[in-house]
Amino acid sequence: MMLQQILNGIASGAVYALFALGFSLIFGVQRILNLAHGGVFMAGAFVSFYAVDTGVPFPLAILLAMVVAGLVSVLIDLIAIQPLRRRSHDIEYAAIVSTLGIDMMLISVAQQVSNTQVLRFPFGTFPIQFFTIFGLRISLLQLVIFAAVIVLTGGLGWYLNKTSFGRQIRAVAENPSTASLLGVSPSAVYLQTFFIAGALAGLTGVLIGLSFNSIHFLMGEPYMLKAFVVVVIGGLGSLTGAVAASLLLGVLQALAVAYLPTGVPDMLIFAILFLVLLVQPNGLFGAAGMAARVGRK
Amino acid sequence: MILKVSSLEAHYDGVQALRGVDLEVGAGEMVALIGPNGAGKSTLLNCLSGLVAHRGEIVFDGRPLARMAPHRISRLGLLQVPEGRQMLSGMSVYENLVLGRLALSGRNETYDLSDIFRLFPVLEERRNQQAGTLSGGQQQMLAIGRALMGSPRMLLLDEPSLGLAPVIVKGLFHALRSLNESGMTILLVEQNARLALAVSQRAYILERGRVAHHGRSREIASNSEVIEHYLAV
Ligand SMILES: Nc1ncnc2c1ncn2[C@@H]1O[C@H](COP(=O)(O)OP(=O)(O)OP(=O)(O)O)[C@@H](O)[C@H]1O
Ligand SMILES: [Mg+2]
Repeated sequence: MMLQQILNGIASGAVYALFALGFSLIFGVQRILNLAHGGVFMAGAFVSFYAVDTGVPFPLAILLAMVVAGLVSVLIDLIAIQPLRRRSHDIEYAAIVSTLGIDMMLISVAQQVSNTQVLRFPFGTFPIQFFTIFGLRISLLQLVIFAAVIVLTGGLGWYLNKTSFGRQIRAVAENPSTASLLGVSPSAVYLQTFFIAGALAGLTGVLIGLSFNSIHFLMGEPYMLKAFVVVVIGGLGSLTGAVAASLLLGVLQALAVAYLPTGVPDMLIFAILFLVLLVQPNGLFGAAGMAARVGRK
Repeated sequence: MILKVSSLEAHYDGVQALRGVDLEVGAGEMVALIGPNGAGKSTLLNCLSGLVAHRGEIVFDGRPLARMAPHRISRLGLLQVPEGRQMLSGMSVYENLVLGRLALSGRNETYDLSDIFRLFPVLEERRNQQAGTLSGGQQQMLAIGRALMGSPRMLLLDEPSLGLAPVIVKGLFHALRSLNESGMTILLVEQNARLALAVSQRAYILERGRVAHHGRSREIASNSEVIEHYLAV
C-alpha cells in the first residue's frame, strides 16, 4: 500500500519535473521568472483537446500541443522579454510584471474559448489499462509518463552538455556579453530556451489533462506554485535539482494525501519549503550538480 | 586600412567616455592603445565590438559596423579578448576553445586547435580542466586561444598583462609578437606602456576620451616629454 503510494507519487513528481525543468531553464539562462509558464502549460492542454476534438489522432495532437506551446512561449520572449532587454540589463522585476500580464491574457483567451467550461477528452482517447508488477498496480499512462520524463530529461541533459547548441546556451547563461564576443547570438539562444521550455510545459499540460481528465483555463496556476516550490528547493537554475525536488514533492504529496487529513498536505509542503530555505538558502542542490547547472554563479 | 574609426563618441548615462576619436589600423599591423585608467580604452574596444552604443563611424574591411550586433561583428572576424579574460568558468578548456570556433562562420580557417596547442602547449595539457580553475596566465592564454579559434582577421586585446607575473607577461608578449609576425593584425590596449610600445609598430595615447598623441611606437618610446606627460609610470 505504501509502496503503491510512493509509485503514484513518483509518477506525479515526474510530471512536475517536466514542467519545472522549463521554468528552471529559463531562469538559469535569462535570470527571469516566467510567470506565464503556467499559461503555456494550459495552452498545451487546450491545443491537444481541440485537436482530438476535431479528429486529429492523439499522438499527433500531443506533438501539435508541444509545438504550439513552444511557439506561444517564443512569442512571450518576443513580446514580453526582448523589448525590456533592449532598454535595460536589469529586467528581473519588469519581467515578472510583463509575464504575469501575458499569463492573464492567456487565461482570459482560454476562458473565452472554452466558455468557462471544464473540457474532457472523449472516452477512449488514451487506453485505460493497468499492469501489475511485483504486486504494484501501474497504469499505461504512468508508464508513458515515466518513459517521457526519462527520455526528455536525459535528452535535455545531452543537448545542453554535448551539442554545440547546448554549449551556446550554457555560454549565454554564464555571460551573455562574453558569449556574443565569441559569435553566439544571445537572442537566438533565448528564443531556443523559450521554445524548449514551452514545448515541455505543453506536453505536461496534455499529460495532466489526461491524468485527471480535466482541462480548464485555470489549470496552470497550481502548477506554477509547485514549480516555484520545486525550483527553490532544487536550487534555482539547477536542472538535476529541479528533477530531484519534483520527485520528492510528488512522493511527499502522495503520502500526505493518503495518510493525513485533507488540507494538511499543502501546509506540510510549504512548511518543508520554509525549513529547507532556513537550512539551505540556496536550495538542496545549490552548490552541487554543477554539470547539470545552467546559469551564473 | 583594415580598420578606420572616425569621430567616435560614446556616453554612459550622461558621462561622456569618448569625445571624437579617430584611429586607423593597417592590415598586418600591431597598434598599441595606451593611456591612464578611465581614459576610455575599453570603451573604444567595446564600441568596435558592438557592445557599447556610439556615434561616429567604424569601418572594418570596407564595411561600416553601425548598429551591427556583437555576434555579427565577431563573425566578420573582428574578435575581442576582453579585459579580465571573461572565462566561461563552468566549461572545460576544450569547450571554451570549441565555442570560439563559432565566430568562424564560413570564413577561411587560418587557425585550428593544433595551432593553438602549439602556441600555448599548457592548454593541451589542461584541455579537460574547468576554465575557472586555471591560473591567471593560463586563463589569458585560453582567452586568446579561444579568439584565435575563430580565425580572426583582426584581434582586439584588452590589457592582456593585467594581474600576471612579469615572467608570464614576457612569455605572453612573445606569443603576441610571433602572432603579429605571422600576419595577424592586432590592436593592443595596455596599461604597461613600455611593453606595449616595445612590441607595437604604432601607438595611440588616449586621454579623457581623446587621442592626445599618436605616432610610431619607437619614437613615442624615446620621447621623454610624451612619456612623462601622459604615461608617468
Ligand atoms: N558601464 C559603465 N557605466 C558607466 N560609466 C562607465 C561604464 N564603463 C566605463 N565607464 C566610465 O567611462 C570612462 C572610460 O572607461 P573605460 O573602462 O573605457 O576606461 P579604460 O581606459 O579602459 O580604463 P582602465 O585602464 O582602468 O581599464 C570611465 O570614466 C568610466 O568610469
Ligand atoms: Mg579598460
